[in-house]
Amino acid sequence: MNFPILSAIIFIPLIGAFFIFVTTGVQKNVEKNSKYVAIFSSLTNFLLSIFLWYSFDTTTADFQFVEKKNWIEGFINFQLGVDGISILFILLTTFIAPVCIFSAIHSIKFKIKEFLIAILVMETLMLGVFCSLDLVIFYLFFEGGLIPMFLIIGIWGGPKRVYSAFKFFLFTLLGSVLMLVAIISIYWITGTSDVIKLLDIRIPTEYQYLLWLAFFSSFAVKLPMWPVHTWLPDAHVEAPTAGSVILAAILLKMAGYGFLRFSLGLFPVASDYFTPLIFTLSIMAIIYTSLVALMQEDMKKLIAYSSVAHMGFVTLGIFSLTKQGLEGSIIQMISHGLISAALFLCVGVVYDRFHSRMISSYGGLVNIMPKYSLVFIIFVLAALGLPGTSGFVGEFLVLVGVLQKNILVAILASLGVILAAAYMLWLYKRVIFGKIANSEIKIMTDLNKTEIYIFSSLAFLILFFGVYPEPLFNTIDISVNNLIENYQIDINFYLAETTN
Amino acid sequence: MQTIIYILPELFLSLAIMSLLMVGAFIKKSFKLVYLLTIFSLIFAIILLLNQPSEIIKIFNESYIIDRLSIFMKVLTLLFCLFVLLSSKDYVKSISIDKIEYPIIILASTLGMILMISSYDLIVFYLGLELQSLGLYILSSFRRDDEKSTEAGLKYFVLSALASGLLLYGCSLIYGFTGSTNFEVISANLDGSNTGAVFGIVFIIVGLAFKVSAVPFHMWTPDVYEGSPTSVTSFFALVPKIAALSVFIRFMYVPFINVINQWQIIIVFLSIASMILGAVAAIGQNNIKRLMAYSSIGHMGYALAGLATGTNAGIQSTIIYLTIYLVMNLGAFGCIFMMKRENVFYENINELSGLSKNHPVLSLSFLIILFSLAGIPPLAGFFAKFYVFMSVIEVKMYALAVIGLVTTVVSAFYYLRIIKVIYFDKPKKPFEKCYDWGLKISLILSSILILIYFVRPSALTNIISSIVIY
Repeated sequence: MNFPILSAIIFIPLIGAFFIFVTTGVQKNVEKNSKYVAIFSSLTNFLLSIFLWYSFDTTTADFQFVEKKNWIEGFINFQLGVDGISILFILLTTFIAPVCIFSAIHSIKFKIKEFLIAILVMETLMLGVFCSLDLVIFYLFFEGGLIPMFLIIGIWGGPKRVYSAFKFFLFTLLGSVLMLVAIISIYWITGTSDVIKLLDIRIPTEYQYLLWLAFFSSFAVKLPMWPVHTWLPDAHVEAPTAGSVILAAILLKMAGYGFLRFSLGLFPVASDYFTPLIFTLSIMAIIYTSLVALMQEDMKKLIAYSSVAHMGFVTLGIFSLTKQGLEGSIIQMISHGLISAALFLCVGVVYDRFHSRMISSYGGLVNIMPKYSLVFIIFVLAALGLPGTSGFVGEFLVLVGVLQKNILVAILASLGVILAAAYMLWLYKRVIFGKIANSEIKIMTDLNKTEIYIFSSLAFLILFFGVYPEPLFNTIDISVNNLIENYQIDINFYLAETTN
Repeated sequence: MQTIIYILPELFLSLAIMSLLMVGAFIKKSFKLVYLLTIFSLIFAIILLLNQPSEIIKIFNESYIIDRLSIFMKVLTLLFCLFVLLSSKDYVKSISIDKIEYPIIILASTLGMILMISSYDLIVFYLGLELQSLGLYILSSFRRDDEKSTEAGLKYFVLSALASGLLLYGCSLIYGFTGSTNFEVISANLDGSNTGAVFGIVFIIVGLAFKVSAVPFHMWTPDVYEGSPTSVTSFFALVPKIAALSVFIRFMYVPFINVINQWQIIIVFLSIASMILGAVAAIGQNNIKRLMAYSSIGHMGYALAGLATGTNAGIQSTIIYLTIYLVMNLGAFGCIFMMKRENVFYENINELSGLSKNHPVLSLSFLIILFSLAGIPPLAGFFAKFYVFMSVIEVKMYALAVIGLVTTVVSAFYYLRIIKVIYFDKPKKPFEKCYDWGLKISLILSSILILIYFVRPSALTNIISSIVIY
């Protein structure tokens, strides 16, 4: 029996949260200890996941580190495992979590203990989503994330936090319950909810369309796709910085991962059938939300809308069903995870100092915060997909992939790249350059040590993967090939079936 | 003489009631003693029940059945009666309804319920039903100098008497058309072409739906829940539901199983209507007891959805749902009992404002319970719904499943509203600290059970999977 490394990765944050929960004593000591426990457990987890990546075998497309336990007897097994696609998301999650904790330690002013518990529980749930190989377990983790996120937005959020928290919760829940119906239906149609088995079984075509739509309803809300994206700007604006980071960097990726793993893997025929729908919605998202982003007064809202546009590229890439498109969308998700996290942290930095997210409050920051201006430009350029940053790799590959499928869509999507440059650079110009608009901001201090560490690690990864994305491709290559192969086999089988 | 062993728990409870009355009558100021003895006799009755044989036994001319279903439901009844008594002791004293009759009537009513659960004959069933109802009428108006409590008692009495009347009329129709009061004989003699008997079935379903407060026979619930003393409300929300649902299962699956085509659609309607009303009507409520009333209506809708499937898996899911519902509601009422400042109990949701600041542990358990009531994974409430919809989708009732799950989203809204008041709003004056161990234990026990249920979900399903009706 091997060491259950995936269970360890999933449950270490939970154990950390439990320790924080039971610490009592003088308020000050409790807070200090909780911070240490949170940092320690999240960093341990990160190292463990690095080890996982190191021992991961990139020569096979099978699921690795598989663990299986009886859960509901004779019914559902608690099954975990990773392949080339999910392991990157695990790394992203375990990397972003300590970043969040570090930033929260400084910016959260009250109930820090509870906040750290919420973040750690959230980490457990997100890791569970990427590791689980059983539909019911997947659903459990996928939905469970609502509880801590609701509290993070509602308790530590801004003035309109109640509205945003409710909107976030109800939108996502409504999308997800249909997925639950679909999961149970799959169980009764095929007799199992085991993902490994399901990937080999052909779900009868007549069921696929409805099941696909049910899964789509959940992932489309979570991703979010146009027109059900409206919860995202609200949630982002009101959430505390660490909450926004988790939301943008990881929660949105759960839906992209869901599309890859479940929509393509389980319902290939339906995925093929609904590709035009996805393309239309993605193009709408890319162009419409980019235009909306141009008009935003609020920095966080602007970045939130840009997230929707970037996730539009992800769905385009996934449903282009070409090798470049799929790999591009995975890289895009990872890189957007890093970039959006960095951008929200950048907003967090000025918000902590001046308590305003309005673009008009700032201006001429380069005179006061030169270091800040430097890191900000790196992330802004990465967000608009400048070559040399990881943002470019993803977007470029997605466009290459889509071009093979549909030229018009590719042209429209590349419009989005231009628009992204417009709103990001304009944002940068208005905040950083120009005269000092507001004399009150003169007292703002430049980045402190922790912030420099956080930003430089993020910037390093973004530039590194921009120049040398080979490690990422190495990891996902075989799994993506396998995914496309199975997809083609299923489609051909279906075509043969219909012609007969 | 042999058969006496099988009804030992019932016999013991009847004797206990009589002797407790004697104790109460002859010893002055004996409320505490009687209350304690009531609790002990419940524990002893549970032990007696657990020692009953596991095979199916029918006694008294096949009018009384002891099988897995009845034993499980009886244990559940007594257990939750025990917990309600434990958690409401402080409350009963504070609002000075601490008269010796209070625990004794609860015990008598519980005896009626366990007679109902075991009944295998229309007459025995009706006798049990009346015994429990009589107790409940008195309990709901127990605070007799309070206007609302009296109103609740009267309302409940009039409506429940009407429902009982309909039920009895249904029973007599069934007897008339099948020639027997025994469940098995009825089952053998019944077929769907017999219009008179179908009328009888409908009347019986109406009566039972009233008892589980399913829509459209729910009108009494909010008023009675609000008006009765909270200790009685918590009793209403938990214990009679077990007996009513258990009898519902027994009726539908033993005497009426051959005419499933006739009643299935009725149950589906009751279920959908309850789910929708439970979700929508609770949104506007500010009184937490009224809100719990609508929430329990909604929950009964989900439980009935399992019943509507007509399969063993469906019954089992209903029983699982009921069990988890009981645990959740025990916790929820535990929290309501804590809403006390200077000997006044508050019922308005706004009084909970900012609770998390002054009472972190209480708010955390309330949070767990509320999310669980809303059915969010990984808490127990999700599994309850999961099993029900599992069995519903197995028989391909997709519409019922989709409506049910969409209503959970609507109902999530009002549970979230309470969480919002507790966690997001400005703090008010703290509540009084609770020194009552019974209340603390039942609250903590229920929230921990809800929280860790996902670790071993098969612990409960394994017990229940042995309950098979046909």
